[in-house]
Amino acid sequence: MNVACRIVDLQEEYIKLFNDQLPLIQSGSPEKMNSLREEAIKIFEEKGIPSNKVEAYKYTNLQPYFKGSLNLAFTNEAAHTDVTQHFHCEVPQLNTYNVFLVNGWFSAKDSDTNLPDGVVVCSMREAAEKAPEAFEKHYGEIAPTKEDSLVAMNTAFAQDGAFIYVPKGVVLEKPIQVVNIMTGDEDRLAFQRNLIIVEENAQLKMMLCDHTMSAQRFVVNTVTEVFANQNSVFDVYNVQNQHNLTTQVQGLYVHQKKHSNILTNNLTLHSGIARNNVGVIMDDEQCESHVYGLYLTDKNQHVDNFTSINHDKPNCQSFELFKGVMDDSSTAAFTGKVFVAKDAQKTNAYQSNNNLLLTQNAKINSKPQLEIYADDVKCSHGATVGQLDDEAMFYLRARGINQDESRVLLMFAFAYEVIEKIRVEPLKEQIRGLVEKRFRGEFDKCDSCVVCGQPGSNASCL
Amino acid sequence: MLVIKDLHAKIEDKEILRGINLEIKPGEVHAIMGPNGAGKSTLSSVLTGNEKFEVVDGSVTFNGKDLLDLSPEDRAREGMFLSFQYPIEIPGVSMVNFMRTAVNEHRKYRGEDPISASDFLKLMRDKKKLVDIDSNLTNRSVNEGFSGGEKKKNEIFQMAMLEPKLAILDETDSGLDIDALRVVANGVNKLKSPERSTIVITHYQRLLDYIVPDYVHVLYKGRIVKSAGKELALELEEKGYDWIKKEFED
Repeated sequence: MNVACRIVDLQEEYIKLFNDQLPLIQSGSPEKMNSLREEAIKIFEEKGIPSNKVEAYKYTNLQPYFKGSLNLAFTNEAAHTDVTQHFHCEVPQLNTYNVFLVNGWFSAKDSDTNLPDGVVVCSMREAAEKAPEAFEKHYGEIAPTKEDSLVAMNTAFAQDGAFIYVPKGVVLEKPIQVVNIMTGDEDRLAFQRNLIIVEENAQLKMMLCDHTMSAQRFVVNTVTEVFANQNSVFDVYNVQNQHNLTTQVQGLYVHQKKHSNILTNNLTLHSGIARNNVGVIMDDEQCESHVYGLYLTDKNQHVDNFTSINHDKPNCQSFELFKGVMDDSSTAAFTGKVFVAKDAQKTNAYQSNNNLLLTQNAKINSKPQLEIYADDVKCSHGATVGQLDDEAMFYLRARGINQDESRVLLMFAFAYEVIEKIRVEPLKEQIRGLVEKRFRGEFDKCDSCVVCGQPGSNASCL
Repeated sequence: MLVIKDLHAKIEDKEILRGINLEIKPGEVHAIMGPNGAGKSTLSSVLTGNEKFEVVDGSVTFNGKDLLDLSPEDRAREGMFLSFQYPIEIPGVSMVNFMRTAVNEHRKYRGEDPISASDFLKLMRDKKKLVDIDSNLTNRSVNEGFSGGEKKKNEIFQMAMLEPKLAILDETDSGLDIDALRVVANGVNKLKSPERSTIVITHYQRLLDYIVPDYVHVLYKGRIVKSAGKELALELEEKGYDWIKKEFED
């Protein structure tokens, strides 16, 4: 069932919506999901949609984006199955196991025969039946519902998403690609809730791709919880490719056990307002985490990467690198919180945030935040903001390469370091191509700027 | 081929070139020497169109065209090449991609079709052999992690690929050990032809043992204060620049 609502005062209407629709929200959802809703909505009621008065959201006031006329779907008719057939994947050469979500609802997936024995890939609504123990144990355990009102909002409202379970010792050769497509003729608010469990000694590489297929205004609130058990290897590449009228708040929360090795990479190629929260908790010794991101913005786009890495136990390592290229009047923010607990000796934590501003009007707020309570650790952080190097430009032009092409080459050279961190070779190739296309202004989201009416100052748009 | 007349150029408010006159004919090798700060590198930057410098007076014609009117990329396409004193590292951009882009831009300028993949690879192979550059250098990103010597060799390789009419070697010898120097000089010599001219900018005479100039000019305080044959370089090596400075001040 689809409900159209007009949001003016935020909490008031959202709470009313929740109360009115609770029977539908609960219907068909696993017991465990429903059991957390009441508490979550209370937290949401208390905190509300964050404005920039909330410290963690200082650079991104989300309130205006959650207001206005928005549609919400409380049943899975929003999961138009026909959409997935028209969907043109930007990553076509990739041999992946595909899962499609439409407006946050599970829509289609490849045949299970393509998966190794014991691996479960399904809708969150089926998860409690297909992997009851794991689902019970981990759902809602990792996401910071109490701390972040948008996670609370998601926990209260979310009805569907993707569930992936990789049992002990299983190594998935093929990456799993979870594509969420926002579409339809109405402006829409959608929730998506994913849960990924990688058991002991198992390995999973996955992509979370966020797309828009129609020109409406979309607000997406996504929460993905990941549990990486002992000795597991987990990679997630979040490829954001949405038009300028999209607001996405996306939370990726990873819990690590001993000897696990995880990698997250937020590749924001195109979006309207994107807020990416990444939280990693190293809850055991000898964990390794790689947290990366690349954001390419132009026109009035805004990307805010907010990361927090918790070294709770000794002998863990974390590597963090975020890079951004900002054009026109676009803005971005980066917060890198690294927490080292009192007993987390021999911690190695490296963090770096580098930004390339192409115009006078582009803006970045970069904020490293280190909280270290142990005394035998190696932690470093650095933030840079710069422009295209005139000397490098001249070098290329002196070889006969024109100015536009030289710019593209230099922007690519800047972004390249993050692309190199991708541990799936064909995806790396593909992202290289997409990033280059984006810099050349040949990206397929170009038509969207006609819709949103935000003028680009150069050829990057048309 | 190149005619420089009364060239004045400044950076910010400082005048560096204060009336340069120089004519270079096809096939000639000219060495420009001079003490630090004389304006040697500025001259190469101004000729190739670095926008950091502002030309305030004078004219430069290159094969009959007004050079100062052209953008840096058009100067390159007209056949001007600068071997940089400090080549820039461009991580993530492969040598192959970089060179193919450059070669095709030159071809487009001449109204030719882009080079085919197989012809391009053959061209790369031939030129690598010609300038004796290590094969794996061209499999890497442009200058990324190259040693000083490798960067300079790479400049000569690029020169071989682009086949310029006029090559300016800006302190190509600085920081090179003798073996690298020999490789670089051999490369330059192999590319010598009756149509191709070279300007060798250097502080020391050593490079000129390998690349023998037809003329040697001494640049001091933004002017060419002395011009002679190759023997002038030896004299400078022996006596330093002081006598020239003295002569000039007097």
